[in-house]
Amino acid sequence: MDTLSIVFNLLAYAAASIFIGGLLYRIVQYFNTPSPLKIPGTPAPKTSIGVVFRLLPEILFFRTLLRGGVAEKILWVGGWFFHVSLFFILFRHVRFVTYPVPGFVMAVQQIGLAAAHLFPFALLILIVRRFLNDRMAVISLFQDYFVLFLLLGIGLTGIILKYFLRTNLVDVKAFMLGLVTLSPAPVPHSPVFLIHVILAAILVIYFPFSKLLHAWGVLMSPTRAQTDNPREVRHVAPWAK
Amino acid sequence: MAGKVEAPVLGGKIEIPKVQYGASKDQRVIPAKPDLMQKLNFPSERPPDWRERFLEKMAEVIKKYRSVRLFLDICVRCGACTDKCHFFIGTGDPRNMPVYRQEMMRSVYRRYFTTGGKLFRKLAGAEDLTEQMLEQWATYYYQCSGCRRCSVFCPYGIDTAEITYAAREIMDSIGIGSKYTLEIINKAETIGNNLGLTEPALRNTLDFVEEEIKENTGADVKLPLNVEGADILLVTPSADFFATPHIESLTGYAKVFHQAGVSWTLSSYASEAANFGLFVGNYAHMKAINKRIWDMARQLKVKRVIIGECGHAWRVLYSFSNTLNGPFDFLDSRYKVPQHICEFTLDLAKKRAFKFDKSANDNFTVTFHDSCNVARGSRMGDTPGDQFTMPRELINLTCNKFFDMPEGTIKEKTFCCGAGGGLLTDELIDLRLKAAVTRMQAYKDVKEKHNVNFLALICAICKAQFTKILPYYKYDMEEVGGVHQLISNAIVLGAKEGV
Ligand code: SF4
Ligand code: SF4
Ligand code: SF4
Repeated sequence: MDTLSIVFNLLAYAAASIFIGGLLYRIVQYFNTPSPLKIPGTPAPKTSIGVVFRLLPEILFFRTLLRGGVAEKILWVGGWFFHVSLFFILFRHVRFVTYPVPGFVMAVQQIGLAAAHLFPFALLILIVRRFLNDRMAVISLFQDYFVLFLLLGIGLTGIILKYFLRTNLVDVKAFMLGLVTLSPAPVPHSPVFLIHVILAAILVIYFPFSKLLHAWGVLMSPTRAQTDNPREVRHVAPWAK
Repeated sequence: MAGKVEAPVLGGKIEIPKVQYGASKDQRVIPAKPDLMQKLNFPSERPPDWRERFLEKMAEVIKKYRSVRLFLDICVRCGACTDKCHFFIGTGDPRNMPVYRQEMMRSVYRRYFTTGGKLFRKLAGAEDLTEQMLEQWATYYYQCSGCRRCSVFCPYGIDTAEITYAAREIMDSIGIGSKYTLEIINKAETIGNNLGLTEPALRNTLDFVEEEIKENTGADVKLPLNVEGADILLVTPSADFFATPHIESLTGYAKVFHQAGVSWTLSSYASEAANFGLFVGNYAHMKAINKRIWDMARQLKVKRVIIGECGHAWRVLYSFSNTLNGPFDFLDSRYKVPQHICEFTLDLAKKRAFKFDKSANDNFTVTFHDSCNVARGSRMGDTPGDQFTMPRELINLTCNKFFDMPEGTIKEKTFCCGAGGGLLTDELIDLRLKAAVTRMQAYKDVKEKHNVNFLALICAICKAQFTKILPYYKYDMEEVGGVHQLISNAIVLGAKEGV
């Protein structure tokens, strides 16, 4: 294997390890940080099942955003389509790391492709809305734009690879399959593909240390995930005994 | 602030203002004096190594509270909360946008607790802990009433109140505290109530209320104090003993108990339901204040504990009490522990224990202000949301004319009165006026549509705040009062049906 391939194989493993290690560290950290008091945002469900039903629409439909005004509706459109298309795009990528490719992955190929087209537009909404009013201008930070443009870069290089500067898919698949089966293979020498991979690696490395943790957030957020039963069940955290 | 304090002009619609940097930077609480700080086990003044101590305390808070750690990490700055806080709507100061209020703590967190912030500083949104930063904390973490409205609209339920209270706890730990809030905590812990009323003073007011009732109705309604062996211990905010219109609700509770034929008592040792320990994020003080109630319940050998009209008091007693000082296995488990006075009254009213003469309230057209700590931080009854329906049911049982304020300003989305969370202090009057503008706009709306002339509520702080600010808005201060004031007017004494 040439140097470039070695570098990219190492990059991929490093990124994956940091991602998994970082996330595990974060999850353990949150689990080990107690919630000393009952602080569900009420009205809140009284049982754990109820909490599941409170969280499901949040995760699937971003329900809270629909409670807000026009700005939140725009955010909803951008945010929801962004997340859904990301999901299908990732799903579509499974074909690179499985052999033979399972039927359900094949089944979503077309949806995945449509999602890839939608993806940059959803991101554009998310970028533009940061300029829509003076409040957004005040609160937006460099890192907020950073992630958005990073994702946009990943999406656009993906589209270029698909339509304009096609790489040999057999080589791509060999590389990716090599990664997951721990039998490294040469990386395709397509500049756009390499950029695509680098950007994705940056995103994955950045994930556990950034606001991207919000993916977990809603599940762990005491205001949304706690039950409302303080009179019936005594809730005590270790340090607060 | 120089010059005259004036209320904003009401247009009848809630408008989101343009951002105005520093618009409310001069609205600050008076700092607590060294001896007061010391009494409450805080350093008497800011030590030379305050930065280290500040960061140590911050590390401790982050370690102890999942809410704080998680909220610091996961905010995506989506902006959904930016126009939801009455302090922002009232002042236009961007630091009063919930997310930007949190950013004060978050930027320090990034700088000292995250790798990215340590490495990339400003680029990563990290800020040094400077004098100016501390000054911003001391200003804007005292311009939040902990009302949790922002949390309702945040996709992750981020509750700025958690951050605000944590920030106050951190500031207290380096000797920077609010005179108003800490004085009250001190009084509650030493005398037993926020107003510093002693037992004889308390007995005096209770005698006065008894005489008033006798004069107005001819009935011998008693307000017992420190009676061992009574069935019920009633704990109310101490303002109920002293302030107007609060005392009208106290009259209401007494009439309800009298008519229900139950034995009950107040306590001078536990003569305060409010718990300002919450407002400074201090677990130990919150627990100590709360403990007085349960110690007294044990000592007086009561079977039930009932809580009077107060928003945050109910939140602490409903949501935290069991954690702080439970389990309450010495009380009668057939009843809720503790029980809200509205739960008690409505339960018996539904069993037809009372006769109400609604016409007694015919000069009132009533609307209801959902106090935020009840609405978003607790519950009444058995079903989530009963905290909205139960007080309204009580109003409808005792009044002929009731109209709700517009959607989006009531129930879960209710706007705070503008003075909760330890801001009910004179030096903040200008801020309080501006923060009340959202509620006042909604009130004006129902006034114009339905000729409403009475703002009913179940919170002592809200009552005090509205009584103070209504005149600035050119409304009569007597337009505000408790739900049990309406009950007091309508309940027919002596006449008994059912039960
Ligand atoms: S709504 Fe929540 S996530 Fe969005 S900016 Fe406000 S606090 Fe952050
Ligand atoms: S808790 Fe209430 S006062 Fe505080 S930031 Fe949120 S909306 Fe504003
Ligand atoms: S005083 Fe009333 S409205 Fe204001 S914060 Fe407290 S409960 Fe909310």
